[in-house]
Amino acid sequence: MAADAGFKDADQVRFATAISELTQNAFRYGKGGICEINVHSDGFKTAIRARICDQGPGIPNLDQALSDGFSTGGSMGLGLPGVKRLVDKFKIKSQPGKTEVEIVIFIKPRIGVTDL
Amino acid sequence: MKIPILRLGKILLTSFQEGLTDRDIIDLQYDLLDMVNKTEIEGVIIDVTALDIVDSYLANLLNDTARMVKILGAEVVISGIQPFVALTLVEIGQGALEVRTALNLEHGLGMLNCTVENNKPVMRKLKKYKKNARNRISN
Repeated sequence: MAADAGFKDADQVRFATAISELTQNAFRYGKGGICEINVHSDGFKTAIRARICDQGPGIPNLDQALSDGFSTGGSMGLGLPGVKRLVDKFKIKSQPGKTEVEIVIFIKPRIGVTDL
Repeated sequence: MKIPILRLGKILLTSFQEGLTDRDIIDLQYDLLDMVNKTEIEGVIIDVTALDIVDSYLANLLNDTARMVKILGAEVVISGIQPFVALTLVEIGQGALEVRTALNLEHGLGMLNCTVENNKPVMRKLKKYKKNARNRISN
């Protein structure tokens, strides 16, 4: 989908990697869920957006989950903060029974560290 | 799906591919450790040319697998990391893979062959020592 929307290889891989991270989280910690992807263009810029929802127990401490090195699964803890660095927009909401992550990548030249 | 491990003398060659399950990777780790131990392997090369996407979970698995083999005393090289995979790994923050990397399989094998060559004088001395020890015991 990203390729069809005109994204370059690097952005395709970025997007695919982010989706991979988030859907794995939804599956491993969230007892499964759904992933919606859509492409939106307003003539000036094109954005590909993904929304991943799961029905898991939720993340009790979001700040902690979004910091490097924190993990409840025995891994290095770079999953969520890593995804945040990979994409242009990152939104997360979590409560017991539902966690929702939304990410967006725009087509644009990457000059440096983007504001999130 | 069992992942093949090929043996080239003192070196083992295996690969990670798309569509691997957790079970496949655990089995691979067991098989690798078993072979390294039983056949006195000195180097293991894990080729990841087929991986277009590596997320932090997979990067952890690669690191863990390499760490396990290194604890047994064998050298490990990961070869064939794709350019955009390297890019995303650094952006995620996983830029520090704990293991030596090689551009491709050929380079990786070259690196490990060097290790095997360097080990030879030590291995010869060890053989001599063992032989002398056996002779001393039998006398």
